Amino acid sequence: MSSVLFDVPGPRARVRHRVYGVVGALAVVAVLAFVAYRFAVSGQFSGSKWTWIEYTKIQTDLLAALLNTLKAFGAGAVLALLFGAVFAMARLSDHAVIRVPATVVVEFFRAVPLVVLIFMFHYGLALGAPFFSVVLGLTLYNGAVLAEVFRAGVLSLPRGQSEAAYALGMAKSQVMRLVLLPQALRVMLPAIVSQLVVLLKDTALGFLITYEELLYYARYLGGDFQFGRPLVPITISVAALYIAMCLLLTWLATTLEKRNRRSRKVVAAPQDDPLPA
Amino acid sequence: MDVLLDNLDLYGPGFLDTVELFLLSGTGALVLGVVLAMLRVSPVPVLRAAGATYVTIVRNTPLTLVFFFFAFAFPLLGIVNTRDFGSYYFVAAVIALTLYTAAFVCEVMRAGINTVPVGQAEASRALGLTFGQMLGSVVLPQALRAVVPPMVSTLNALLKNTTIAAGFSVFQAGSISLNLAERGEDQLVGLAWVALFFVVLVIPMTLLQRSLEKRWSIAR
Repeated sequence: MSSVLFDVPGPRARVRHRVYGVVGALAVVAVLAFVAYRFAVSGQFSGSKWTWIEYTKIQTDLLAALLNTLKAFGAGAVLALLFGAVFAMARLSDHAVIRVPATVVVEFFRAVPLVVLIFMFHYGLALGAPFFSVVLGLTLYNGAVLAEVFRAGVLSLPRGQSEAAYALGMAKSQVMRLVLLPQALRVMLPAIVSQLVVLLKDTALGFLITYEELLYYARYLGGDFQFGRPLVPITISVAALYIAMCLLLTWLATTLEKRNRRSRKVVAAPQDDPLPA
Repeated sequence: MDVLLDNLDLYGPGFLDTVELFLLSGTGALVLGVVLAMLRVSPVPVLRAAGATYVTIVRNTPLTLVFFFFAFAFPLLGIVNTRDFGSYYFVAAVIALTLYTAAFVCEVMRAGINTVPVGQAEASRALGLTFGQMLGSVVLPQALRAVVPPMVSTLNALLKNTTIAAGFSVFQAGSISLNLAERGEDQLVGLAWVALFFVVLVIPMTLLQRSLEKRWSIAR
């Protein structure tokens, strides 16, 4: 919280706040208790619905599914960063021949829902293995968003940076490659990592085209009658996995941001909220 | 063109249902998001923590998983009788989209509140306004102007996210191509029309965002 909207509470306000606090806490506890009660009544806490966790086969399969998620994320992240860098450069080009098509491509892939893109590759073009459709979709959509992030980063740099580089006799491509992009990358690091969190979450869309990732495996295991269709326990476990992975990435982003703030080599990042989902 | 014209009976309702899904969950997300933002800036620590926890959890969960929960797992809890619900999946999609988007709306609102100078809040307190009055008549109206661009981005994302419902038995734009396949139509062409539909919807929204941004930035 950068700003405080309320006064330091006096004695009466403190009492009032305590009352609100108790009421609020009771409301939260009531909601949680209701959820827990429904879980208990419908037998989601019964041991039989959780026995799957003990099977080595299921553990390795779950791990394989997790690896598939990470594989799609890794490939998508690397390719999207590349795509973003290339198209940011193209959008900043002095030649309309390059700039205009790049703008059209970026705006198109930002406007089309990722699901529709993935369906296009999988059902429309029949790329074969769903992995390729997922990665290609993730690359194009997030790459287009990242291109805008990179571009905003380059535009936020002081003019003197490029002027000094030109004064040293660098060519246009050298100025971009050696001076502007590396700085833009650091300025926009928090926004970039936030976009990577989005990319990680979007790998779950692979479920829709039967890419065998975490959610797909959850669906498969959740329908298993041997364990009493443990859909709710599985969903909770998988959600915990996703949240842990994303928080790890977010934590990385804040750590990097803090380090950036301490180093004087980097100009302040413009306040730009990452695009959701 | 033939694919679109021959299957207008699919495209028409599909696009309409997408817009309906968007409007319902957009309204829900805006209301819930503003409430969450108010919790997050409130003087009561418990409420602040509750808001923060909700936002952290939801923002780090894939939307597909939220859909997954409401489509498959939630009915097992027996809170609602899904058989009575003729269109349970549609309701589930609205709930999933609302709960998910509200977390992002909340963050956008909070960032907007942070852009309002502290002096504004101090001045309203000096005038004797209560916390609620101060938020409602002084801070939020100003914050609202600052958040137009990121809010439109959030709503844009929501509009595109409605297509995820295609995987969960809700008929809308995203599921048109799946139905086209049954008719033996070319799916690539069919999906190209869906993509075009979103381009046509999203680009005017972006233009509106830019013009509002320009018009309202002077007013402050």
